[in-house]
Amino acid sequence: MPLPVRTRVATGAGLAVAALSRRVGAGEGSVIGGRVLLAVDPGALARLAAGRSIALVSGTNGKTTTTRMLASALETREPVVTNSAGANLMTGLVTTLARGAEEPAVLEVDEGLLPKAIVGLHPSVVLLLNLSRDQLDRIGEVRTHAQRWRAALEAAPATAVVANADDPLVAWAAGLARQVTWVGTGQRWRLDAYSCPNCGERIDWADDGAWTCTNCTLARPTAHLSLEDGEVVLSDGRRLTLSLQLPGWPNKANAVMAAAAAEVLGVDPVAALDAVGAVSHVAGRYQVLSVDGMSIRLLLAKNPAGWAEALDLIRPAPMPVVVGINARIPDGRDPSWLWDVPFERLRGRLVVCTGDRGRDLAVRLRYAEVDHRFVDGYLAAVRAARAPDVDLAANYTSFQDARRELARG
Amino acid sequence: MADSTVTIALLYPELLGTYGDGGNATVLAERLRWRGIGAQVVAFGAGEVVPTSCELYLMGGGEDGPQALAARELSESRALHAAVDNGAVVFGTCAGIQVLGQEFANADGSPHPGLALLDVRTVRGPGTRAIGELLSEPLVDGLPVLTGYENHGAVTHLGSDVRPLGRVVHGVGNGGGDGTEGAVSGRIVATYMHGPALARNPALADLLLSWVVGSTLAPLDDTEVDELRAERLRAVKRRRWRLPR
Repeated sequence: MPLPVRTRVATGAGLAVAALSRRVGAGEGSVIGGRVLLAVDPGALARLAAGRSIALVSGTNGKTTTTRMLASALETREPVVTNSAGANLMTGLVTTLARGAEEPAVLEVDEGLLPKAIVGLHPSVVLLLNLSRDQLDRIGEVRTHAQRWRAALEAAPATAVVANADDPLVAWAAGLARQVTWVGTGQRWRLDAYSCPNCGERIDWADDGAWTCTNCTLARPTAHLSLEDGEVVLSDGRRLTLSLQLPGWPNKANAVMAAAAAEVLGVDPVAALDAVGAVSHVAGRYQVLSVDGMSIRLLLAKNPAGWAEALDLIRPAPMPVVVGINARIPDGRDPSWLWDVPFERLRGRLVVCTGDRGRDLAVRLRYAEVDHRFVDGYLAAVRAARAPDVDLAANYTSFQDARRELARG
Repeated sequence: MADSTVTIALLYPELLGTYGDGGNATVLAERLRWRGIGAQVVAFGAGEVVPTSCELYLMGGGEDGPQALAARELSESRALHAAVDNGAVVFGTCAGIQVLGQEFANADGSPHPGLALLDVRTVRGPGTRAIGELLSEPLVDGLPVLTGYENHGAVTHLGSDVRPLGRVVHGVGNGGGDGTEGAVSGRIVATYMHGPALARNPALADLLLSWVVGSTLAPLDDTEVDELRAERLRAVKRRRWRLPR
């Protein structure tokens, strides 16, 4: 179905502004382009989405990487459009859709926006990765998200859901969806799910990760697809080796979620996993930069669950580490969460604290009895680490600042 | 000297620890250890028996459902009531102040009975949450300005048997229109400064510890905390005068 004139004009204007914004170096341009597009045609989103296969990826952690993985898996069959730069609000979604007329879209969506995106885009598939505490000042309590997801999915019977069975908040959120593919990811984070999202009573956790509410019927759903000892076990019992460019358990979980969604969309899981395995650094994550002959590896961690995983990926002591912390709006203005991160695991090495809120981190590390110093500025912080190889871990806007400042050298 | 080890009970960290509140236990324990006093932190989760013999009890912030579950368990066991009768020190933040009070509001606004250890009543607020830096002039002798971060939707009214912890300089605090922040009664101290309130306010941590130990404590080198406090006070001032960052 051809798009109405108004939408075509809006799309042209939005993309032109986005391109201009890119050319003047103001960023990807999705946000400003999307604003223009929606101003010219407020109904553009629904029109651009109509008749198209759309996959939405949401959750607290892993959205950008999983979106890239799923896009790669689908690209083995046909070209797709995707918001690979992480522009996951309405403006970013509409600009991404405008980049193609009928290609399938793989869209990362902010957790808070997901219900609205489900209503507006009628997605074929929604991937629900995980839900944990993040940006409490802006997003609020994580249960509120689960509640809104649940209601939106109940009202979208044509949408297939791929959901993490090991996250009680996600399992509950997907509980009223018509068609769910449950994925066993082996998630270890439990701090946000000790009390049942359904009834408030205590959840019982078995050693193998199975969980059951002690009061109501909510329990871990049986997984159709799961990650076991580094292998992917398919619903037909086949075991596939998972070989990834990206490190760590979180990326294995992202990979199996992406493969499950690709299968729902008709891509053979073996081909999907091959494509997923070839994904290397995504938007700077795990990228290695060279500064004054030092090699600096960048890691992104945005919240306690993400940091718990990042601390596993940081190379062992005595290699020094630079940790950058900001508390701007996209990070959450309240860095209290620093006390939920087991920074004690960084003992035995120097940690250079930096970022707008590096002093909060310095106090946290003092109480964790970790050797540390505060250094303002990323270049200065990296130089203060005084080692040929350094891992730099930072939260969202601090990561962007570090990447920009170190690339400039 | 196993006998002299101070036991700090962290109550329901999985239910009442939304804002890094467990950090307060770390701060208290370390400040004892650095002075050569033994300290241990023991966490008690939902369904576990809370002992009455600890010296210090901590309760942090939580969401509505988990908060009600914690209140129900402690009402049934009355463990905290017995500990308070034994002279224990209690520090509650955010949901902590609500659970310690006479009653607080359920998610639907209906009242839920609290532990009645503090003469305060918490009701549902005006709709907008109080979120941001919170600064108060303490009403307890010997403390410097208190600095923290608040994030709550409820309003707490103080009864006649408690004193406020401080008077709000910046932020909302208890929110009942009287400009008060937190509540103090005997050895129970509660505040809306959530998360690591004691990391930013070491003098308050030492006040609680002095009650436990029974004497004033030797000073520690708090230079890094002083730098952080100075930075936070400047940030609040910038916001008050709308100055750029």
